[in-house]
Amino acid sequence: MSGWEQVVELLTSPLMQRALVAAVLVGAAAPVVGTFLVQRRMALMGDGIGHVALTGVALGWLVGSWAAVAPADALAVPGAVVAAVVGSVVIELVRERGRTSGDLALAIMFYGGIAGGVLLIKVAGGTNANLMSYLFGSISTVSTTDLWWTAALAVLVLTVGVGLRWALFAVSHDEEFARASGVPVRAMSMVVACLAALTVTISMRVVGLLLVSALMIVPVAVAQIFARSFGRTMVVASALGVTVSVVGLVITYWNDVPPGATIVVLAIALYAAAAVVHPVLARRRAAHDPHPDLSDDVLVPATDAACEDAPPAVRPSGDHR
Amino acid sequence: MNAIEATDVHVTLGGQPIVRGVDLTVPPGQVLALLGANGSGKSTLVRALLGVVPHVSGSVRLLGRPLGRDVPWRRVGYVPQRMAAGGGVPTTALEVVVSGLLDGHRLRPPRDARARARAALDALGVADLHERRVQDLSGGQQQRVLIARALVREPSLLVLDEPTSGIDLPTQDTFVTALSSLRDAGTTVVVILHEIGPFAPLIDRAVVLRHGRVVHDGAPPPARGEHGDAGHDHTHPHADPEPPSEGPDLTLEVTR
Repeated sequence: MSGWEQVVELLTSPLMQRALVAAVLVGAAAPVVGTFLVQRRMALMGDGIGHVALTGVALGWLVGSWAAVAPADALAVPGAVVAAVVGSVVIELVRERGRTSGDLALAIMFYGGIAGGVLLIKVAGGTNANLMSYLFGSISTVSTTDLWWTAALAVLVLTVGVGLRWALFAVSHDEEFARASGVPVRAMSMVVACLAALTVTISMRVVGLLLVSALMIVPVAVAQIFARSFGRTMVVASALGVTVSVVGLVITYWNDVPPGATIVVLAIALYAAAAVVHPVLARRRAAHDPHPDLSDDVLVPATDAACEDAPPAVRPSGDHR
Repeated sequence: MNAIEATDVHVTLGGQPIVRGVDLTVPPGQVLALLGANGSGKSTLVRALLGVVPHVSGSVRLLGRPLGRDVPWRRVGYVPQRMAAGGGVPTTALEVVVSGLLDGHRLRPPRDARARARAALDALGVADLHERRVQDLSGGQQQRVLIARALVREPSLLVLDEPTSGIDLPTQDTFVTALSSLRDAGTTVVVILHEIGPFAPLIDRAVVLRHGRVVHDGAPPPARGEHGDAGHDHTHPHADPEPPSEGPDLTLEVTR
C-alpha cells in the first residue's frame, strides 16, 4: 500500500476522524488554560484536579449503576465534570486564604481523590481496569456522544479563555494591582479554576487524567523559551498542543503504542530540543550590549573605551527582534 | 467631594495589628506624602485604602463612594512597590501597561488600548522598551512601566508606594516631572516616601505614621539627625534591597 493510500485510509476511518477532531480541540484548548496556570504559579493544579476527577468518574459510575443506565459508564464524564469543578473551586479557595496549611490541604485532597475513585469503583461493581482508560486515556474509544461533549466544552474553554484573556492575564500577572483597579479578582480566579477543571475533563479521554497536566503545561514551557510576549506564548503553545496531539495520534495509528503517553513524550522531547537549541541561537544574536544607555549617578573617568559617553556603535535595545 | 475619606481604619495581618485607628481625609488636588520608618504601616494603610487588604473596622470612601464595586475605579491609579514576579511567562512592557486599562466595568481593553499604552510609556521616557520582556528590564525601567500602567488610566487619584526606592537618579527625576505635571492637572496624589528629598517642592501635606498610628499631620516635618545636615545629599538612591541577579542597573553607594 502506498503512503498516500495509507493517509487516505487514516482520514476515512470514522474512529480516526473522531479521534483527530478531539485531539485538535483538546490540543488547542489545554495550553491556553495552561498559560494562565503557569503565570499564577499553579502549574500542578491540573494534576490535582485530575486526581479529584477520578472520584467523579467513579461516582458517576456508581450513580449510573444505581439508576441502571446503560452503558454503565454513561455518567462517568458528567461525574468527572462536577467533581473537577467542585475540586478546582475548593483549590482556589484554599489558595486565596494563602495559609501555610493550604499546601497540606491540597495534598490531602489529591490523595483522597485517587483513593475515593478506587474505592467507589469497587462499590459500583467495576474494577480498577475500568479506571485505567480514564487514568491513561483511550482516545480510540471516543464515541460520537463523547465527541460532542468534548467539542462543546473545548469551544467554551477557548471562547472564555481567549475572550477574557486580558482580565485573566491581569489577575494572573499582578493580583494586587488588579484588586486596586476594581477588577473582580475573585470571579476571574474562579473562571481560571473552572476552565482548568473543564479542560481536565475533556482531555481525560485523550491523554488520561494522570497526564492531563502535561498537555496544559509542557507546550507553554516550550513556547516561553522563544516567545517574547504573553499573547505570543499562548498562541505558540496552543499551536504546539495541536501539533503534538495530532502527530502523536497519527503515530499510534500505525504503531501499537498508547496515544496519551506518546503525545506527552513528544511534547517533552520538543521541550528538551528547544532548551538545547535556544542558547545556541541566542548566542548568535547576542552581538549587542545588553546594558541600557542611561547616565549613571557618578562622575568617573571612562576606563574602558567601550564605555565612553559617545553614542554606542550598536543601539543597546530594539534591534534584536 | 474628598478623594479619600477614611475613619478609624484598623488593619490586622496574620493576627498582628498593623494599622491602628487611622483617620485620613484627602481633599481633591492635594499632594500628600505618607512618611514613616520601615514597618510603620504605610504600605498596609494604602493597600487597605485601595481594598487590596481588608480592614477589620472603620470605614473607607474613595472618590465619594464606599470601598467596593461602586468606587469609580477607572479614576484610581495604583503604583505598587515593585513588579509582581509572576510565574515567568514572558510579558512585554506594552502588555503590562494595557492591563492597566481594565477595571470592574471593563474586562476587555478598549480599541485604542495599544496606542494609549504606547503614549503612556513614551511619556515616561521608555519608548524603546515597548516590546521588551518586563522580566529582562532593570529595576528602574520596571518602575517606569508600573507608573505608565497607573497613568494610562488617566487617574484623578494616584497612589504610589515608595516609587523612588532602589532606582537611579534619572528615573527619580522622571517621577518628579511626572508628579508635578499631574499636580498641575489637579490630580490627587498620595505618595509613600522614605525621605521627601527631590519631592519637597511638590508636597502639600505630610502624614507620618509610627507603630500604625498617625503621629504628625501637616507641613512636611524636618528630617532628623544627619539627614538635616545642610550638606546632606537627599537625592542619593537607596541601595536596592533585592538587586536583580543580572540587571543592567548601576547602583553606587555615595559615601562622603
